Amino acid sequence: MTSRSRFYLNRQGRAAHVFLIPWQLGFLLITAVPLLASLYLAFTNYDILNPPEWTGLENFQRMIHDDQFWASVRVTLIYVLVSVPLQLAFALLLALILDRGLSGLAFYRSAFYLPSLLGSSVAIAILWREIFGDEGLINKGLALIGVHGESWLQNPRTALATLIVLNVWTFGSPMVIFLAGLRQIPDELYEAARVDGAGVWRQFTHVTVPLLTPIIFFNLILQTIGAFQTFTQAHIISGGTGGPANSTLFYTLYVYQQGFVAFDMGYASALAWVLMVAIAVVTALHFLVSKYWVFYGDS
Amino acid sequence: MVSLTAGKVISSPAPARQRRLRAVLKHTGLLVFVAFMIYPLVWMVVSAFKPPEKILTEPGIIPSEWTFQNFKDGWHALNRPFSVFFVNSLVVTIASIVGNLFSCSLTAYALARLQFRMRKVYFAITLASVMLPFHVLVIPQYIFFSQLGLVNTYWPLLIPKFLATDAFFVFLMVQFIRTLPRELDRAAWIDGAGPFLTFWYVVLPLMRPALVTTTIFTFIWTWNDFFVPLIYLTRTQAFTVPVALNSMVDSETQSGVGMLFAMSLLSLVPILIFFAVAQKYLIRGIATTGLK
Repeated sequence: MTSRSRFYLNRQGRAAHVFLIPWQLGFLLITAVPLLASLYLAFTNYDILNPPEWTGLENFQRMIHDDQFWASVRVTLIYVLVSVPLQLAFALLLALILDRGLSGLAFYRSAFYLPSLLGSSVAIAILWREIFGDEGLINKGLALIGVHGESWLQNPRTALATLIVLNVWTFGSPMVIFLAGLRQIPDELYEAARVDGAGVWRQFTHVTVPLLTPIIFFNLILQTIGAFQTFTQAHIISGGTGGPANSTLFYTLYVYQQGFVAFDMGYASALAWVLMVAIAVVTALHFLVSKYWVFYGDS
Repeated sequence: MVSLTAGKVISSPAPARQRRLRAVLKHTGLLVFVAFMIYPLVWMVVSAFKPPEKILTEPGIIPSEWTFQNFKDGWHALNRPFSVFFVNSLVVTIASIVGNLFSCSLTAYALARLQFRMRKVYFAITLASVMLPFHVLVIPQYIFFSQLGLVNTYWPLLIPKFLATDAFFVFLMVQFIRTLPRELDRAAWIDGAGPFLTFWYVVLPLMRPALVTTTIFTFIWTWNDFFVPLIYLTRTQAFTVPVALNSMVDSETQSGVGMLFAMSLLSLVPILIFFAVAQKYLIRGIATTGLK
């Protein structure tokens, strides 16, 4: 290395530290220290007024016997396992339909994308309350065909389903990503497959699907992480209670209740850490399993 | 099923009439589906203009009577008019945009272009923090900000934006800068510009598409954000629009449905305007972040 290029490296290094002042402060004050602090609080009893009191594993033992904790785990898992695959299936199906050189693509794409843009707002959650309520839109529709519907939100067996429908309704943003992915698949591959005698179905299963697996994987990771953290919709639909009968008690809503309604911040920190570990494990599993089904084109 | 399969699938040429019939069927199906998807939104818009007592009795989308009463009542439903909440939301949103543009572009330039020892480590941390659930940080952050006496101010919402904690945008900008030809930087360096001048005069102007995408998504996410304002803002005069809507829900009565719809609709208007104006960037933004 010449002295001249070493000079530039040092100069770049010094400049980098100036450029990175905001990031380094943010990493320290907004991420790293709070992360460690909440790990510490997870092993304490803390109500914000009195100093934290070390209780060892008590918070984690409490979870084992906490029915609401298990209810929130169940609700969140059902939501993730049902709504994410359904949402991605809709996204992929519509992307495939729209990709076929259809006129009016821009119009359809915008129309399907609009719900994604609005879906996480309080306003849409309010709309959902009225659609699935006692005298809501759905029951008015059912009345037309002579079926008398009860409130979908008051019934513990259907309340979660309304939120699953809401998540599926926002399939537009993964659809846009799928559309971009489909455009990357070279025409020659389809031609080659056709020359080899592959029909439309085999072209789909042997060209489209394998080449789209990285995009499917990306969408799956993104939507799964997002679904684990659903809060706004559950809070508005149930008025912050997670009811009826804990049927919409999403995990993050339970963390909020413990931390910011009951001010049991030690327990809430323990719950939050369990969530983080769960998301990390699920994401790691996704990456491990992806070796067997995601195709990156060079193997 | 055939017509549902992939884009550039080459099928044997069908007779023109058959092809046209297939296209008509497909458009009809798609339009019905669009109508079904959008119906709830249309119903919301129309209901906001119906007399409150008719909203739940008339599910149709052609009201027998139009009125602005819901907007008038809703505007003053809480102990402050909604104009206060809109101004609050706007202040928070604009400041968040400024914060993200400033801090994320500085960070991204350093990570993408400057050589320094911790570069790979820093980039890995940025990537990992995209997946970090906010809930694991929020309790200590709340304790920290409340001890500084900043509850019911906007600092807890804004300080993180000025410290490049929206790792997603850092990542987006890094990926964008990497597509810019390095020769431009080198030319500037040879002309004697240091890293700061190169960043300001060469890289930043070329980053415009990434900056626009960041602006749009920061706008939408901040405008819709509910969890953080819910925790920090407890006084009505400090409410942002989503928190104000939430407290309207809490005091909902039968006649309140109309007001709720009217105010909910108004809360979506800025996003709809953004959607109409910046659609091209929005779609491109999602598509490119999806593909790196």
